[in-house]
Parts: sequence; structure tokens; C-alpha cells
Amino acid sequence: MAEKSFVRMEMLPEQAPPASSVGVIGWVRANLFSSWFNSILTVISIYFIWRVLAGILPWVFLSVWDADSLAGCREVIAANWPGAESAEHACWAVINERWLQLLYGFYPPELYWRPNLAIILLFVALAPVLFADRVPRKLLYVTMVYPFLMPWLLWGGTIWGPLMAAAGFVIGFYVIKILSDEIGALSAMIVGVLATVTWWLGAGPAVADALSGTLPIGIEAVESRKFGGFMLSVLIGVVAIGVSLPIGIVLALGRQSDLLIVKGICVGFIEFIRGVPLITLLFVASTLLNIFLPPGTNFDIILRVMIMVTLFAAAYMAEVIRGGLAALPKGQYEGADSLGLDYWQSQRLIIMPQALKISIPGIVSTFIGIFKDTTLVSIIGLLDPLGLANAIRADAAWNGVYWELFAFIALLFFVFCFSMSRYSMYLERKLQTDHR
Amino acid sequence: MAESTHETMVDREIDRSHMQVSDEVAIQITEMNKWYGAFHVLRDINLTVNRGERIVICGPSGSGKSTLIRCINRLEEHQAGQIIVDGTELTSDLKNIDKIRSEVGMCFQHFNLFPHLTILENCTLAPIWVRKTPRKEAEETAMHFLEKVKIPEQALKYPGQLSGGQQQRVAIARSLCMKPRIMLFDEPTSALDPEMIKEVLDTMIELAEEGMTMICVTHEMGFARQVANRVIFMDAGQIVEQNEPEPFFNNPQSDRTKLFLSQILGH
Repeated sequence: MAEKSFVRMEMLPEQAPPASSVGVIGWVRANLFSSWFNSILTVISIYFIWRVLAGILPWVFLSVWDADSLAGCREVIAANWPGAESAEHACWAVINERWLQLLYGFYPPELYWRPNLAIILLFVALAPVLFADRVPRKLLYVTMVYPFLMPWLLWGGTIWGPLMAAAGFVIGFYVIKILSDEIGALSAMIVGVLATVTWWLGAGPAVADALSGTLPIGIEAVESRKFGGFMLSVLIGVVAIGVSLPIGIVLALGRQSDLLIVKGICVGFIEFIRGVPLITLLFVASTLLNIFLPPGTNFDIILRVMIMVTLFAAAYMAEVIRGGLAALPKGQYEGADSLGLDYWQSQRLIIMPQALKISIPGIVSTFIGIFKDTTLVSIIGLLDPLGLANAIRADAAWNGVYWELFAFIALLFFVFCFSMSRYSMYLERKLQTDHR
Repeated sequence: MAESTHETMVDREIDRSHMQVSDEVAIQITEMNKWYGAFHVLRDINLTVNRGERIVICGPSGSGKSTLIRCINRLEEHQAGQIIVDGTELTSDLKNIDKIRSEVGMCFQHFNLFPHLTILENCTLAPIWVRKTPRKEAEETAMHFLEKVKIPEQALKYPGQLSGGQQQRVAIARSLCMKPRIMLFDEPTSALDPEMIKEVLDTMIELAEEGMTMICVTHEMGFARQVANRVIFMDAGQIVEQNEPEPFFNNPQSDRTKLFLSQILGH
């Protein structure tokens, strides 16, 4: 029986792990050569990666930056690398010459500071939303002003237009605030929205005209047809992303509503938009709307496209958020209800923070998708980067340049999309409080 | 669970000095009926709860006991009859419902804490947004009640970091922060491990000792025997028998009650 009883008299000290399980050697052994089959896979993969890089890297780096045409490029290639095919070396000269155009379209070069300022301010305005815990909350004022400042910076013209548009929101806000105690939150909201729309369509433009007649404050106007390049993609993308999220939330809530008509409208909208290709909506925006609108109305093409892309994104957003709402246990609604929170309070404080957190991957996927879909506007004649690539090739000097243009455009999109993707992962980690 | 009901019996003397029942009516339910679709889940419920009463509702599952107390703060809607809570009748008027809900605290089987908020934020949320209490004051109140349920040191953690018993005590504290006049408990210990049941029951007993009006749906018969001043037995959507604990447990009248008690106490 003696060997069954045991008492430890002194505790063992901590020891370092064996060298083969830590450091570089340990990592390589665990991840690359853990078995003979994995070793073979590792070797094959390394060979494959080497072949791909061996093909791409010389093309990217042994390349021509200074030339005034594709033919010029080919001469340099023939001189520098005798015997090489011209396709083995990139002709970045086209980017070197046309990168400003790819970025800004035909925007007047002396006004480039305006889109530049707009994008810098975009990051300033986004900071308090994206990194709420790291930047001062005061920056939120920039965020609130930005939606009205940005169009004014880009399109220019009188300052009274955007100011009156902002006034519409102020009017709506106060109508809702004053009426919600009298006639209930939902009715007040409907009246508020109606008041805002009436202001925009009726009194607002008239007041803006009158004011710009008496007090002409403004900057040089730029026409929509001069917009283009990556700036156009970012513009449409940012508007669609920024506006589709709130609309999507409202649609998702509407779809869950007990009010039959609200629910019907939301379901009908979502299903219709999701059932139609974006291209179709863009064609409607570019051609059909002109037929239906009264003759002489000047309804900006970029604005029309932005509305269509936003509605399209909103329908997808609504379904992504509905997925998040469906994943919440019913107990969360009951917990909020039992404490006496009203519908909007429980949505804002309890339901939405959790539903949106669950939906982050889906929301960001939709964002990325819609940002890339902005290239479709080239089909209706807007000069987004892809449209410009065609325009550049139409120039006799650059006829035949494909890879370099597409690679540059791809890089621009990749930077933005990859940033969004990384941000969403950061956000998911930051918001993880359930400790599962 | 029947065994644990004996083990978790309250092991201390209960201070009954504040446990008087007043004549004032807290909840008045008359001829209340409720259907789920075509299913008649609550039938002709008549119940008067006086201020300071501690009522335990028991019965087999599906008998409508949870539905009954969920009707009292209108988590469920009743279709016929009348429920008056604190002098306010429950109708479809949203203002009345929110008013009653802020006066009536509720604890759930699965706690229903908000996982994205800290314990402290869970406790201060409703006082700040519903009662419009200043944040500082709400936090002081919250800490007071967290101390009362003996977990002030967990205030800055998230619900997912706490044990089930701790979470249920937070849920109780969260309800108490609204200074409710009535507390409803919907099987508060059913989802807990046996050793955690006691800590939650102790909290509930303390609450009873302070004279809180309580309605508990529970299978903790030890708790019912010692704390309740009335036990209600429900079956098939109706109140079958109600009595003070001593006669209820020692001398049940209806056959259905006898069967139920023999099943849950019969070990």
C-alpha cells in the first residue's frame, strides 16, 4: 500500500520549455514540417509561390517609368533588356503621365485642393465614429457638418444650397422634438420627415436663391461631367456606405414591425431592390428618369447614381442587420422591456449595439462590395477609373496598355477595401465582451 | 431538483419584523383570460396581492405560472379581464405600460443581463434613461445595491465573466436600482447549479425581510415554506389551490395539489 500514498515535500520550480518547441525552429517544425505529408505540401507551396513571384516581380520592378507613349516604352525595353519581349516589363510611364487623371478625372487641376481637403476632412469626420475611444468627442461636430461641407467643396457654387439642406434637417429635428410629446413618437417622426422633404423641395431652394442673390458667398462651381477617376468612386462609395447603414437599420426594424403597412413597404422595397441587378438601376438612373421627370429639370447624374447605389446597398444592409437582430435572444428584448425602456430606447441602447456587433462582418462585406460596384457606373458613361482606362487607351499614344492601368486601379481599390476589412476585425476584437 | 429543495432550505432565522402585510392592494387581477392563438392558457384568474405580500406560485410546467406573472408587467398581453397594478390598469396604452414596468422589477430564469454593458452599466441604464437620474447618482445607487447583493467588486466586469449565481444577483440589483414597489421572479434559480441557488435565495430572503411585495414562480419549496405568506398552486391555466404555506404543504385539499406535492417532495 505504501506506493499508493504520496506526499510532495517541495514544489517543483518552473522550467524553460525545450528548445525544439519555441522560437523559429519550434514554429517551423510545428507549422511547416509537422509530418512528411505537410513537408511535401510546404515544399510544393514554396515552389509555387516562387514561380508566381519570379513571373510578377521582374515585370513590376524592371519597368519603364519615363516615356511619352507605349511605343516609347517598347524602345526603352528593347534598349535596356535586349532580347526581352516588351510584355515582360511593365510600362508604368502611362501611370506616371496620367495618374492625376486616374485620381481626379477631368476636375480642374487648379482646384485639386478641394477634393484633397474633402478626403482629409473625411478622415477627420470618420475618426470620432471609428475610434470613439481615442479621439476627442468634440470632433463629432466635424462629422455632423461634413455631409454638407463635402458636396459644397466638390461641386462648389453658393454656400446657401448646402446650408439650406442642413436647415431641412434642423427643421425636421425640431418638428419631431416638439410634436413627439403631443402626438406620439411615430406620428411625430412621419410629420418631421414630411416637413424636411417639403422644405427641400419647396421653400429651401427658393430661400437659397434669394440669399445667394443678396449675399453671393461661394466658390467656383465645378460641373458633374468633370468629375471622374478614383475620386468619383470614393465619392459614390462613401455616400452609399454612409447613408445606406442608417437606411438599412430603419428598413430592418421596419421589416420586424408589428405595423402591417410599415412592414409591407419595407419588405416590398427590400425584395424589389434585391431582385434587380444594380446595372438595371443605374440605367434607370441615367436614362429612364429623364423621361419621367418634368422637362427642363436638371437632376444631377451623379446625384441620381448615388441615390440608386445607396438604395441598392441599403436593401442588402437591411437583410444583414436583420440577421443580427434574429440572432439576439428574445430575453434581451424582455430584459429591456421589463426595465421600462420604451421602443426606441431599447433599440438604441440594447438591441442595436448587439445586433450591429453581430453583423459587423456582413456589414463590412456589403460596404466592400458596394465600393467595388461603383466601377459599374462606367457602363452608363461616368468616368470612374475603369471608364478612364478606356479613355486613356483611346489616346493613340497609349493604345494597347491594359495591365498597367488595371494593376494601378486594382491597387487603389485594394488599399481601401483591405483597410475596411482590417478595421472590421479590429472593431470585432474591441467589442468582444461576451468572453465565450 | 426535489432533493436540492431540502438542501437549500433556509438555514437561518428569518427576521419578520418588517414583513407585515398591509391592507393596501398592490395588484388586482379580476376574471383575467389569455389565449395563445386558440390555446386557452390562462382561465378566469382572480388574484389580489396586498402590499408586503410574498407569494410563491408553483405548479407543473405548462400550467401558465410564468405567463401569469409576465402578464403583470405586460410582457404578455391578456385578452379578457382586468389587471390593475399600483392603481393603474394595464391597457394597450404604451405610457401606462412603461410606467408600470418601471415600478415593477422582474428577474428572469436566464437573467437577461445585457452582455455588451458592464455590470455597473447594466444597473444604471434604466435609472438614467427611464428615471432621468443623473449618472453620478445612478452609479451611487447601483453600487449600493451591488453591495447589497454582495458583488460590488464585480462592477466593472461584463456579465459573461460572472458565474450564474452572480449574474442572477446582478439581475436582482439591476431591478432594485429602479426602486420598484413590486418584484416578480420567474424561476430565478432554475438555471443555476445547486451551490449557487442558495446565494440567490439568500438575496431574495433579504429582500422579503425588508417588506418588498414579491411574486415568485419557483420550485424552491423550502423558500416557499419559510418566506411566503401565501402559496398558489396552478394547473392547466387556472388557480387550483391557494393557502398559507403551513396548511398548503401539510394539508393540501385538492387531489391535483396532493399529487404535485407528492411528486416534488416525495424523495
